Amino acid sequence: MDQTVETGGRKIFETPLYPYGRTPDQEPGANAHHPVVIVGAGPIGLAAAIDLAQMDVPVVVLDDNDKVSWGSRAICFAKRPLEILDRLGCGDPMVDKGVVWNVGKVFFDERQVYDFNLLPEKGHKRPAFINLQQYYFEQYLVERAFELQRQGKPIELRGGNKVVSVTEKGDGVALSVDTPDGPYTMSADWLIACDGAGSPIRAMMGLDFVGRVFEDNFLIADVVMDADFPTERWFWFDPPFNRGQSALLHKQPDGVWRIDLQLGWNIDKDEEKKPENVIPRLKAMLGDDVKFELEWVSIYTFQCRRMEKFRHGHVLFAGDAAHQVSPFGARGANSGLQDTDNLCWKLKLVMDGLAPDSLLETYDVERIHGADENILNSSRSTDFITPKSEISRIFRDAALDLSERFDFARPLVNSGRLSVPCVYDGSPLNGPDGLAGGPARTRPGAPCPDAPLGDAYLLDRLGDEFQLLAIDADVPDSVEDCGIAASALRISSADDPTGDLAARYLGDATSAVYLLRPDQHVAARWTDYDEAAVKAALRTATGRA
Amino acid sequence: MADLKTAPNIAAPDDFYADLLAAHEGLTKAESDAFNARLILILSNHVGDREILRAALAAAAAPKK
Ligand SMILES: Cc1cc2nc3c(=O)[nH]c(=O)nc-3n(C[C@H](O)[C@H](O)[C@H](O)COP(=O)(O)OP(=O)(O)OC[C@H]3O[C@@H](n4cnc5c(N)ncnc54)[C@H](O)[C@@H]3O)c2cc1C
Repeated sequence: MDQTVETGGRKIFETPLYPYGRTPDQEPGANAHHPVVIVGAGPIGLAAAIDLAQMDVPVVVLDDNDKVSWGSRAICFAKRPLEILDRLGCGDPMVDKGVVWNVGKVFFDERQVYDFNLLPEKGHKRPAFINLQQYYFEQYLVERAFELQRQGKPIELRGGNKVVSVTEKGDGVALSVDTPDGPYTMSADWLIACDGAGSPIRAMMGLDFVGRVFEDNFLIADVVMDADFPTERWFWFDPPFNRGQSALLHKQPDGVWRIDLQLGWNIDKDEEKKPENVIPRLKAMLGDDVKFELEWVSIYTFQCRRMEKFRHGHVLFAGDAAHQVSPFGARGANSGLQDTDNLCWKLKLVMDGLAPDSLLETYDVERIHGADENILNSSRSTDFITPKSEISRIFRDAALDLSERFDFARPLVNSGRLSVPCVYDGSPLNGPDGLAGGPARTRPGAPCPDAPLGDAYLLDRLGDEFQLLAIDADVPDSVEDCGIAASALRISSADDPTGDLAARYLGDATSAVYLLRPDQHVAARWTDYDEAAVKAALRTATGRA
Repeated sequence: MADLKTAPNIAAPDDFYADLLAAHEGLTKAESDAFNARLILILSNHVGDREILRAALAAAAAPKK
């Protein structure tokens, strides 16, 4: 893209990180077979690969590209994905590089109507949100994959490998791949399709992808500037510099700022993308005296849609390939990471023959529940930001007008509801809630909230396997049922003088035993340990009930 | 079914009605529409109870012909 600015050397997203190299699979007659093939080395494919490789499941990742995301795209990453990244061993570089923000300002017409502070709850290792360019996000994932490789974990990234056909065989998958050296074929027991919103695999398999297109266009620009705007999220409704439309300004690391300008429906995208048209728009917004350079510009139409099912035999769809949302509320990559968090441990158990194939059906149940929640939230935000009728605009403006004078109207203003993880209420994997007086936020199906443990944090000690979390309760070191074990983590409410642990995990109870899944979701909970009850819950949580 | 009051509840109804019309006096159609929208949001917040709000939305809908 000619708009890209050189700021000393090549941008990370212009540098091949996993360039094409010929592999033995390409030799004639190789008949290569792999347990798991992942298509797509975007954020979601990389997360899936790392998760599986950490569990010693051999994975091969194929991508037709060899670089990280061109330009930034996703910039806003919420606490839950950061916690997942901690489990995947790469939360630190993300958070160290990322920009933490808490304050947002809302403008309407020519004035600021109110500001808010996310006031993140105390007692969590990770902040409510960070802003980080998607290219850094992907870079750190690639680096983590290479680190695992150096440690001897079975993970391979193949750039310049374009998947051109996929056939689900009932007991596995056959695929063909195009490379600079020509095509080759391989087979796999399982294929995870993380090939993005335009998923060629979805199309190859003739699968649906239905939902809503929002008839609107957004100019997304990342600019590099030395400006002393504070580290806040600024959102404008109907500002003088973009009449009748909305605008967003948000800070990223390295003095890069994200600007979103709503453009309306009937525009000429190619014209609007030209620097000679973009720059005057940005000047009108930022002021004539602010010096900036364009790093990346693109124009998007947003959609909210999902596949009817994410599992199709031995092909499993995850991330944007399975569902797509408008970016208001930062849910795309955030929810995709929750997909693979949910999928990988289930796949491992099925591959090891410890759980029935039907366990994978619960990936559909749980993540479709998540996708629907995200689609609902993003659709509502988009409807508020871009009112579709005269009366919806009248109500929107009324809420904005009132928000300046009255607190009550502020929760009605919707410039994006920021991503929170979903609770798998009603999941077939949930066991009993036997903790009388226990907090609702840690009910079966919920993701474990973090809590301080002395000068460390609870979540750093959870995940990757089933665990029995005992708080002021007696449990054995480990409990096993048909080859699946849950190991004990014994703690005391006295370990956390702040009281957060007790408030989040005990409520009115004086002791608690939690059965936790490898993805840090609660499977079941009780006041005290009962071996038969725990084993039954372990069977339920692994689809063997 | 929530307790949406449908029996008369406004003291001096003629005075209230006159106040309502007076508030719109001199407003353009667009200003009146905006006023009504603000009024609905203010009153809705005052009610607060989602059950009653749902019942009010249903009551306001034109009867099916
Ligand atoms: C403007 C914008 C702002 C956004 N902001 C946010 C945000 O703040 N927070 C957030 O969480 N999300 C945000 N998103 C969404 C986020 O970018 C996506 O959800 C995320 O990139 C999805 O990751 P993915 O790995 O599923 O797919 P992608 O990132 O699209 O990766 C797909 C990969 O598959 C590869 N591929 C495709 N076809 C083939 C093939 N045939 N063979 C081999 N490889 C193939 C591609 O090369 C690519 O690397 C935003 C999106 C946009 C557009």
